Amino acid sequence: MTVTTPPSRDVDRERSRRRAARRNLRSALLFLSPWIVGFSVFTAWPLLYSAYLSLTDYDVISDPHFVGLDNYARLAEDPKVLQSLGNTAFYTLVQIPLYIVVALALALLLNRAGHRASLFRTLFFLPKMTPPVAVGILFLLLFNGQNGLVNSTLRLVGIDGPAWTTDPAWIKPGLIVMSLWTVGSSVIILLAALQNVPVELYESARLDGAGFWRQSWNVTLPLISPALFFIVVVNTIAGLQTFDEAYTAFFGAGNGTYSNDAALFYVIYLFQQAFEFLHMGYASAMAWLLFALILVVTGIQLLVSRRLVYYEGGQR
Amino acid sequence: MSRTLPVSPREERREPREPATTGFPGTVRRDPSASARRRARITRVAVVAALAVLGVVFTYPFVWLISASFKPRGEVFDNRLIPETFTLGNYVAVWQEAPLALWFVNTVIVTVLAAVTVTLSSAMVAWGFAWFRFRGRGVLFGFVLASMMLPGAVTMIPTFLIWNSLGFVGTLVPLWAQNLFASAFYVFLLRQFLLGIPRDFFDAARVDGASQWAVFWRIALPLARPALAVTLVFEVQAVWTDLMRALIYLRDSSTFTIPRGLKAMVDAFGFSGQWNWEIIVTASVIATLPMIAIFFVAQKQIIQGVASSGLR
Repeated sequence: MTVTTPPSRDVDRERSRRRAARRNLRSALLFLSPWIVGFSVFTAWPLLYSAYLSLTDYDVISDPHFVGLDNYARLAEDPKVLQSLGNTAFYTLVQIPLYIVVALALALLLNRAGHRASLFRTLFFLPKMTPPVAVGILFLLLFNGQNGLVNSTLRLVGIDGPAWTTDPAWIKPGLIVMSLWTVGSSVIILLAALQNVPVELYESARLDGAGFWRQSWNVTLPLISPALFFIVVVNTIAGLQTFDEAYTAFFGAGNGTYSNDAALFYVIYLFQQAFEFLHMGYASAMAWLLFALILVVTGIQLLVSRRLVYYEGGQR
Repeated sequence: MSRTLPVSPREERREPREPATTGFPGTVRRDPSASARRRARITRVAVVAALAVLGVVFTYPFVWLISASFKPRGEVFDNRLIPETFTLGNYVAVWQEAPLALWFVNTVIVTVLAAVTVTLSSAMVAWGFAWFRFRGRGVLFGFVLASMMLPGAVTMIPTFLIWNSLGFVGTLVPLWAQNLFASAFYVFLLRQFLLGIPRDFFDAARVDGASQWAVFWRIALPLARPALAVTLVFEVQAVWTDLMRALIYLRDSSTFTIPRGLKAMVDAFGFSGQWNWEIIVTASVIATLPMIAIFFVAQKQIIQGVASSGLR
């Protein structure tokens, strides 16, 4: 800042610069406006409103009636909440490791398949394009206890397969096996990560006398660990919200014949509470419990990953 | 212009490395003796054999489904690869058993509207974040990232109440109209891509007197075509297969989309005693085929899009 009166040219320049900055901001906001409106109306407001609804009794027809923390207290006592949480936890805990192993095995094979890789990559990815409703239907048909393809095949090797679609003990394992069919996108992510491992690292590892397993453990695994971690996180979140296939196969109008509580996943029960029983307040409390669970699980995974995941350049 | 999706300069540098085999332990051989070469050949044969078996396992459900759709009712479950009695009857009957043609039209309408609107609006917003420099930009973009983490179940109920109070429940509008307002994931994806284009392109146009809109519409959008294609294809797949929204918002079977209609068929024909699975199987084939077609048309975009989503 000068004490002398600034020459008027500087004032002009300053003023025009401010005008340009304001015009720049206005254009920027115009471009951002779809998201600003969408975020306010379809994210921020719903978030606040569902927090409020979770403290009320609301059936859409009459006005919300404030009940304090009653809904949350009822959550703890609702046997179906407990059961659906248990089902969801079982599904996620068993599915994720299997899913990772299958995805990694397929990616490793593809990585060594040379020019044939792209054909097989296509075959592995195609199931991912199938509508989940059709996957649910396929589950019912292929895993049918009497004459489904799975048990017919097992019978060929002398195994008497279980009643996958009706025996409560086997419904979740069956759904997990079926979910491995749509592992394709994770295979592609892992394959891309494998192909990004610099060849020089293998060369120097070999010069140091490292064999196949040492190379895999000390070179490959650390370098693809970010991709593995990404897949674990994304699929855990998806697993905790699993809905389409199980709902298609075991719930909905006219389906009272099954002992389908074994397939009652948390989001299915939430959906029933909200849109079949119109318990919007209770369902909102369920949604917030799910949100909290996802935050905690993802948080734990992030903490663990600090020790296990290697990021090139050392920081991320 | 051969810009491909992996966007940041770091990833682009990696692109040229080509054959899939280069990155694997054991494949780098300085001094291949005869026995090592033989071992390598055996490994390669074993790998391809394993892949072939797995390829059959992954393809067989499709083959089973298509084969079953050509079988009469009594033989749907016979698990024969080639139908004993070959019939086209299911493909005739399926259109009469349910308003499948109408569902198909509904799904096409929703899918096109959803994919086009989300691609354009997300591109606009992505450009807003990639090109303009203003105070608070980082914070705003933080909100974009945060909203990607939000589980759908939390906003599902109030969103339903919004559409309900506007009188759109029972129509197709709630299945796509939110896409007018951009989607966080695509904003992220497109912004990454736009940031990979040198600013000089756009600065030059500005100096030549192009308006902000012209720079976006005539220069940025055409350059971003590969990323726009990925967005479009991803959203087509997501909307075509979406069940949850259709369950929430659609009431009358004349408004159903294909996933909702398929679910209704399972409810009516599968569980409620009629058991004509051959119709359901045929409808499933018809529901799936457009996605398989999309995959073969846009395979490159889909694979690149999926691969880059994991390289963040």
